[in-house]
Amino acid sequence: MTADAHALTTTEQSPVAGLAHDTRGGISNPILGMILFICSEVMFFAGLFAAYFNVRANAPEWPPLITGTQEHFRVEMLPLVLPATILLVSSSFTCQLGVNAIRRDDRTGFLRAIAVTLILGVVFLLMQATDYTLLYGEGVTLDAGTFGTTYFTLTGFHGAHVLGGVVMLSVVLYRGMAGQFSSRHHDAVEATSLYWHFVDVVWIVLFSTLYIL
Amino acid sequence: MATTALTPAATAYRSGLYEWVTTTDHKKIGILYLVNSLIFFFIGGIFALAVRSELAFPGFQLVRDEGLYNQMFTMHGTIMIFLFIIPVLVGFGNYAVPLQIGAPDMAFPRINALSFWMLPLAGILLLSGFVTGGAAAAGWTSYSPLAQDRPLSSQGPGQDLWIAALVLIGTSSILGGINFLVTIFKMRAPGMTMFRMPILVWTVLVTSVLVVLATPVLASALIMLFIDRNYGGHFFDPATGGNAVLWQNVFWFYSHPAVYIMVLPAMGIISEVLPVFSRKPLFGYKAFVFATAGIGALGFSVWAHHMFTTGAVFLPFFSLMTFLIAVPTGVKMFNWVFTLFRGKISLSTPLLFALGFLSMFLIGGINGAFSASVPVDFALHDTYWVVAHLHYVLFGGSVFGMFAGIYYWFPKMTGRMLNEALGKTQFVLMFIGFNLTFFPMHILGLSGMPRRIADYSSSAGWNELNLAATVGGFLIGASMIPFLWNVFLSLRSGKIAGDDPWEANTLEWATTSPPPPYNFDHLPEIRSERPLFDLRHGRTHAAAVLPDPGPAPQPTH
Repeated sequence: MTADAHALTTTEQSPVAGLAHDTRGGISNPILGMILFICSEVMFFAGLFAAYFNVRANAPEWPPLITGTQEHFRVEMLPLVLPATILLVSSSFTCQLGVNAIRRDDRTGFLRAIAVTLILGVVFLLMQATDYTLLYGEGVTLDAGTFGTTYFTLTGFHGAHVLGGVVMLSVVLYRGMAGQFSSRHHDAVEATSLYWHFVDVVWIVLFSTLYIL
Repeated sequence: MATTALTPAATAYRSGLYEWVTTTDHKKIGILYLVNSLIFFFIGGIFALAVRSELAFPGFQLVRDEGLYNQMFTMHGTIMIFLFIIPVLVGFGNYAVPLQIGAPDMAFPRINALSFWMLPLAGILLLSGFVTGGAAAAGWTSYSPLAQDRPLSSQGPGQDLWIAALVLIGTSSILGGINFLVTIFKMRAPGMTMFRMPILVWTVLVTSVLVVLATPVLASALIMLFIDRNYGGHFFDPATGGNAVLWQNVFWFYSHPAVYIMVLPAMGIISEVLPVFSRKPLFGYKAFVFATAGIGALGFSVWAHHMFTTGAVFLPFFSLMTFLIAVPTGVKMFNWVFTLFRGKISLSTPLLFALGFLSMFLIGGINGAFSASVPVDFALHDTYWVVAHLHYVLFGGSVFGMFAGIYYWFPKMTGRMLNEALGKTQFVLMFIGFNLTFFPMHILGLSGMPRRIADYSSSAGWNELNLAATVGGFLIGASMIPFLWNVFLSLRSGKIAGDDPWEANTLEWATTSPPPPYNFDHLPEIRSERPLFDLRHGRTHAAAVLPDPGPAPQPTH
């Protein structure tokens, strides 16, 4: 047993730790914290969605005309957006596979699943960046009327959250490769996975709103 | 009830400054919150006095430039709300909540420190507008188009700095709210069930729910405003399909619940003070808890009463909900009054401030209920009536509540008593000054004086009342002198407080003053919401040793 592991044991036996750790079982502090954080993130996106629907409801027609032309703004699902959506949704499944693996102490399966999730997340971001470049080329820009403003604000903040998720997944992967996490101690994995699912759900709602509705 | 520090590492020597900057101890962070907030209270107060001096007489005296005047009242409002009232109450929560539920610290001590240190940074950002060509001047509400980057509105970086500062403060609030919720849900001592928690803990719980759910909506509004100002966005620009009222909706969806964020913990503070100084339990504990939860829930459905005159909101609904939210508030009034009724009252300074809260908040509630009525609001909207109302609830309510808390917990925080005579002097000066400042504003509002004007005609009939308000403002300022002198004297040579100078009811008084790191090594048995009362009267056993945690906990996953 290393010195660090020994220190951990004494902390757990001190009466202070007896209060800090919940001996009554139930949800752990970091996971409850992450759930509350996700609640607040839901409200953040609710604000942005409220703005989108408000602007859309007040517009005489939607999507609006491009200024100075008879053409309507348009965003295409193919070739990029639909595949990106499929990738992101599958990454939620691979992430959950990773969590299930570490719950039964399958460290190899855990690392593999998290690595795949991370790659899917990065590919999603690259595809979104490509999509942005194409749209900017066609004149759909952030300052191109309410359509551009709402489209880029909503998808941009979702993208920023994916980036945040990618950073969290990288940390989890790094810590996993350094030998951390076990079936008993993997709050960070559970919390990251919750966050990743949240980011995925936001995208599904965004996709339905912007491309289908 | 001797208490010792438990962790050898926690007692290792560090220099004082290093210790305060790097601390993760909830008590030290709580005190940092209080000190930081009081500094911003004085800065915001100076802006208020500048505004009042300008309005003392018709014509321009002190601030000769309307633009600067706009910056003054904008900074006054922003600082008082975001850097004083909200954080000062978080400070009390930070200090008292872990102690009152028998926990060693907050659930996430390092995030706690992070939440605090964002505040002074945000304050510096906010004020740095003055050296970069003018601070934000669109009022603390920053309505569009006033806050847009265009001529006759808010050009220059001041408004952007305002946005950045508020995003920082919002992030700090959200992290703090999550921290409180996890602490309260997960860190309570054995026996401390939800319905045995002190009322302050309940109010912090409801406040934190409001913070976690409402603050991110403000963040989204701020980001939209930032995009409009800096990247050519069109959210709030009607000319290109945006909607100026959208800003008001999203802004008030946060800022109305924020009103309860600014007053609920103060209600919690006086609900701690009143029972102790009338030697009775709080009348109707559960009714109070449900009233608090009711205010929190209804708080999300009244935001548009700030926007009656826009013509863009459904008036009957928001008027009804606004009247409805007066009901749980009225329940609390009964709780407090019947706590005092037939109590053995000792008129110490904390109780005086709590009584100040009761009476002034009552006036603020009544004049607020007038404005809930749509036709009355159409007449009073944006007049000094509204200024009177909001100061009666926020100053008469929250600030009096805050001073009740300072006088009540100062002995616990420092181990020394504050001087009663100086405390009572401060109360009398502040009470008179407050009413002299804000009561005339009711009449000014009724006679049509609009908010946010830098000057008025000498024939408007507002001269005497404005002068009275200015004199009152300086009286409030003067009342801070006995307070600061009191704190200074007490820190230097105050009477030693002992563990429990007030014979109080809650757990923070079961440990030493000031408490050691990690707060307790022994906790009394907890069988009611007044564990120390039970202990004093032999209802429970003295200082039960903490339960042996047994073998290391086995997480379920």
